[in-house]
Amino acid sequence: MFGAGGGTSSYEEVANTDLIVLWGSNARETHPIFFHHVLRGVHNGARLVVVDPRRTSSAEWADLWLGLDVGADIALSNTISREIVTNDLHNPTFVERATAGFEAYRDSVMEWTLERGERVTGVPGEAIRELAHAYAKADRAVICWTLGITEHHNAVDNVLALINLGLLTGHVGRFGSGLNPLRGQNNVQGGGDMGAIPNKLPGFQDVENDAAARERFERVWGRPIPPRYGWTLTKMFEAMERGELTAVYCIGENPASSEADAHRAKRLLAGLDTLIVQDIFLTKTAEMADVVLPAANSALESDGTVTNSERRVQRVRKALEPPGDARDDIWIIAQLARRLGYDWGDLTSTEAWEELRTLSPMHAGMSWLRLEELGGIQWPCPSEDHPGTLFLHARLWEEDPERRGDPAPFSVVVHEPPVDELTEEYPLRLTTGRRLDSYNTGVQTGGYSSPLRRGEMVDVSPEDAERLGIRDGEVVRVTSRRGSVEAPVRINRGLRAGLVFMTLHFPDQVETNVLTIDATDPKSGTAEFKATAVRIERIGVPDEAGATA
Amino acid sequence: MDVRLMAATPTDEERAAVDGVLGPPETGWTGGERAPLDGHVARGGREARGRRDLLLPALHALQAGVGWISEGGLTYVSERLTIPPAEAYGVASFYAMFSTEPRPRTVVHVCDDLACRVAGAGSVIEELIAEAGPERADCVVRSPCLGLCERAPAALVQTSGSGVENHVLAPATVEALRAAMLDEVEPRELVTMRPEQHRAPPRGEPSAPQTLGRREDLRLLRRIGVVDPSSLDDYRAGGGYEALRRAVELGPEGVIAELNDAKLLGRGGAAFPTGVKWEAVAKQPVRPHYFVGNADESEPGTFKDRVLMERDPFAVIESLTIAGLATGSERGFLYVRGEYPEATRALELAVAQARARGFLGDDVMGEGFAFDVEIRRGAGAYICGEETALFNSIEGKRGEPRNKPPFPVEQGLFGKPTGINNVETLVNVLEVLTLGGLEYARLGTPESTGTRLFCLSGSIRTPGVYEVEHGVTIRELLELAGGGPDGRRLRAVLLGGAAGTFVGPEDLDLPLTFEDARAAGTTLGSGVVMPFDDSVDLREIVLRIAAFFRDESCGQCVPCRVGTVRQEEALHRLVRDRPLGSRRQELSLIGDLGRVMRDASICGLGQLASNAVESAMERLHLFDDEGGR
Repeated sequence: MFGAGGGTSSYEEVANTDLIVLWGSNARETHPIFFHHVLRGVHNGARLVVVDPRRTSSAEWADLWLGLDVGADIALSNTISREIVTNDLHNPTFVERATAGFEAYRDSVMEWTLERGERVTGVPGEAIRELAHAYAKADRAVICWTLGITEHHNAVDNVLALINLGLLTGHVGRFGSGLNPLRGQNNVQGGGDMGAIPNKLPGFQDVENDAAARERFERVWGRPIPPRYGWTLTKMFEAMERGELTAVYCIGENPASSEADAHRAKRLLAGLDTLIVQDIFLTKTAEMADVVLPAANSALESDGTVTNSERRVQRVRKALEPPGDARDDIWIIAQLARRLGYDWGDLTSTEAWEELRTLSPMHAGMSWLRLEELGGIQWPCPSEDHPGTLFLHARLWEEDPERRGDPAPFSVVVHEPPVDELTEEYPLRLTTGRRLDSYNTGVQTGGYSSPLRRGEMVDVSPEDAERLGIRDGEVVRVTSRRGSVEAPVRINRGLRAGLVFMTLHFPDQVETNVLTIDATDPKSGTAEFKATAVRIERIGVPDEAGATA
Repeated sequence: MDVRLMAATPTDEERAAVDGVLGPPETGWTGGERAPLDGHVARGGREARGRRDLLLPALHALQAGVGWISEGGLTYVSERLTIPPAEAYGVASFYAMFSTEPRPRTVVHVCDDLACRVAGAGSVIEELIAEAGPERADCVVRSPCLGLCERAPAALVQTSGSGVENHVLAPATVEALRAAMLDEVEPRELVTMRPEQHRAPPRGEPSAPQTLGRREDLRLLRRIGVVDPSSLDDYRAGGGYEALRRAVELGPEGVIAELNDAKLLGRGGAAFPTGVKWEAVAKQPVRPHYFVGNADESEPGTFKDRVLMERDPFAVIESLTIAGLATGSERGFLYVRGEYPEATRALELAVAQARARGFLGDDVMGEGFAFDVEIRRGAGAYICGEETALFNSIEGKRGEPRNKPPFPVEQGLFGKPTGINNVETLVNVLEVLTLGGLEYARLGTPESTGTRLFCLSGSIRTPGVYEVEHGVTIRELLELAGGGPDGRRLRAVLLGGAAGTFVGPEDLDLPLTFEDARAAGTTLGSGVVMPFDDSVDLREIVLRIAAFFRDESCGQCVPCRVGTVRQEEALHRLVRDRPLGSRRQELSLIGDLGRVMRDASICGLGQLASNAVESAMERLHLFDDEGGR
């Protein structure tokens, strides 16, 4: 947010706020531990609003659920903004002191009347108004989001649209007010923090623009760092397509199953000159690899740290020896480096961490001893006498302009409907997501039994099921412009007519990503998993649309 | 809320019954038809969960409308109130008056508890079961005390269907119960206490209130039999609402000062100073405050609150209003025992009239303060007389007591500061304000001020509610009620109900005060004075008490759940003369069980569950040898 890639608030604040907005997040199922913090907030008296096309189990907890149409997030956000501004409910003090670009932004949302908002999002204007007023009038309010915001072709704009709301009302930089992306794994945050993203060095130091930082790293690493951003995963696939990328070293990722348009992903991976996969399981991607390096399980068989959604760096301790020839990731990488001519010696996780502390200012104060004593520390923590940071951007509230620093910019964002258009031939909007007891492509969860797990299903509203004459449990064919799969139907009251839902948990049974579109956000590289146009046909029953097409 | 509904759907009848309480469903998400708009917006959360307290009324509606609580009905209620069905089932199955199995339209609950047993309930039940035959066996249910002891034997006729209400029959005859059971006659027709009987019954007829002694000494019972309980004007003509006027003049602090001057102690059994309790609630900064009238009078042998509610309902409402004013509560609840249909009707009528005439509402008597009362019905659970269990019951939960602290004055109903008093205590407040606290304190003894209502039933010539000043002895009280039947010898008196203790004939000169009872190791409890003569098998009475506690233990805490069962088992072994080991070992086991229950139970039920049993052993030596004494 405003340059720092992390949620602004702590879990503790979610439990002590007045309004919690879950936007594009079914935290009840996808972040069940975080949802405990939400429930603490609810029990402490916070109102909960859920914005989601589906009435999810999170939405069932909510005081208000807004069931917007898939991909209408910016329209909804802009409508909320207009309602706030035209009712003088924004925070002029904060806007004036701490933000930039308000006038242009305000002008840009003026066309988003409640009527227009209702027409574009499907949500009754009155309900939009209720959220706008509740959010603006709340003493403290947090917005939390997940992939419902980011798995779109305009993901970054979606995020900016939510940030706009926080800036407009001053709901950022204070205890109990914040803007929070929820991270899908215990260490997604840590991955970014450590520089495992194409444009940042560890500690969110820019590869292209921060020459001083680059120089510090070059001094310690003894090698020049190319001053260019790397590729996102999506860009890598484009580069494979162009023949520019021919060798891939893939650590703990399973793109053959998890990428949108799976047919294409597998074709491109198969066309590589070299594919090296380092993983704890023999994944679909590993099956295609030239070399598979068996890795230790980072949760149990390895020392190090993880960083959670509230930016808290925590120690992980090795409990078990890895089985067979599996090795710690650090060991494998160091060995690889040695074979490539760089001898790092017997690199340990402690050494790696101490080096990081010298290079990443926001980690500088985090000795392992302190991490242990304090039960984790929230970055930034610049020195050993610093307690860590409960919430980010408190500076925006400083009286002194000097200490306040650069203003946080509003962003004019424009509503763009999903790329995969609904037509007569593909009349249903498929959105994908996750269920409580499974994790992404099932690599980490498929091996464990669950009383809830029913395999892949296509969730259909009672209305569509009736119209199509489909019974609960019947296997149907789901077809998009890219492919076709067969899956049993589950009738789900949480869906309205025209909306269907699938997961990607069971790629061996149903390859959902055969259907999805790889239209990606140019800035984040995330594909639009959330919006696919499909049709559903009963198997063995001729399809009218197909016949006439 | 994580709510997973069952597939069962409600019938139209069930829907109508529930909608009658909750109103028609507003959206497809709350049990209505799915409309296109439902796909885009839903409201719920706190607002829906905040209606959880309507669960019990909704279950009552299902039970009364359909005769049982089916899966479909339960699913519908769960959906409407966003309660997980498993939890709603836990509530439905907690209460004796709810059935989760199909049941005949009319079920006759015949009391086989202490006083009714003495009055021959056993043979009534046996004859009725014989009449019913095996195919109607589930029409007859044995019931714990129905609080109609002065007209024993008693029965409650529970009927379902639209427009039908429950009724009590007392004294109940086999003929009348048979007719009700076979649906040959509407139970209403059978009611023995007709409206005209609300007027004073002729002397000598076995009915409440007290018909012997000097009428002019009556205070709490003054209006009973004189004032029409269905008329607010009659009540006012009899001095009604003068106490509230006085309370307004005094203001909250003034009212509390009068109560403290009066040294009024709670009549529910714990004898806590009422003024102290009210003051504690009034001083709590947290808002809102609630005030609850505990009318869940379920202690076997107790019926005084019922008589007050049936025959002087406005007095209950007026005193609750004063409590609301003094404690800063704008919402009052009156939790009436489910087995008290007549009292409920009288109170509902009184509340409606008081509301219509501005004695309840946003601006009570034009004095600028708000107070209103909601009547909530219990559904057959003795434990709900315990104050925190009662709160849970109002909140739509199983009536399980809470740990204390926090005490109700800090966190009571809905977690807010709450005052709670039983009906007799409340009605005393009217006397305190009418007389003035100091004057009131002159009644009775210095430590037990005021008058006291005693419930006399069992082996007594004229059973009923008797009002006497504290300090009258047991002997004097029994004489006031005409003494025991001729030619019989008094063997024991049960003081304070099933949770009280037995005393022997040698204790008859015990003055009935809090302090004398305490010094004698007994209790006034809920005001039960139940004599037993030599025609009564006392060991059977003790077994009934043990069975009562075993049945009514809510099962939440182990000492009580297990202790009440083992206590009863040991008693049965003693009565059958089949002790495990020696009789002495069994007696010492019962003593141990009593100690464990007293020390470790969460609430008074478990703590007192061995009182009567142990007093029967120690004072009456009932179980010393195989024959009893």
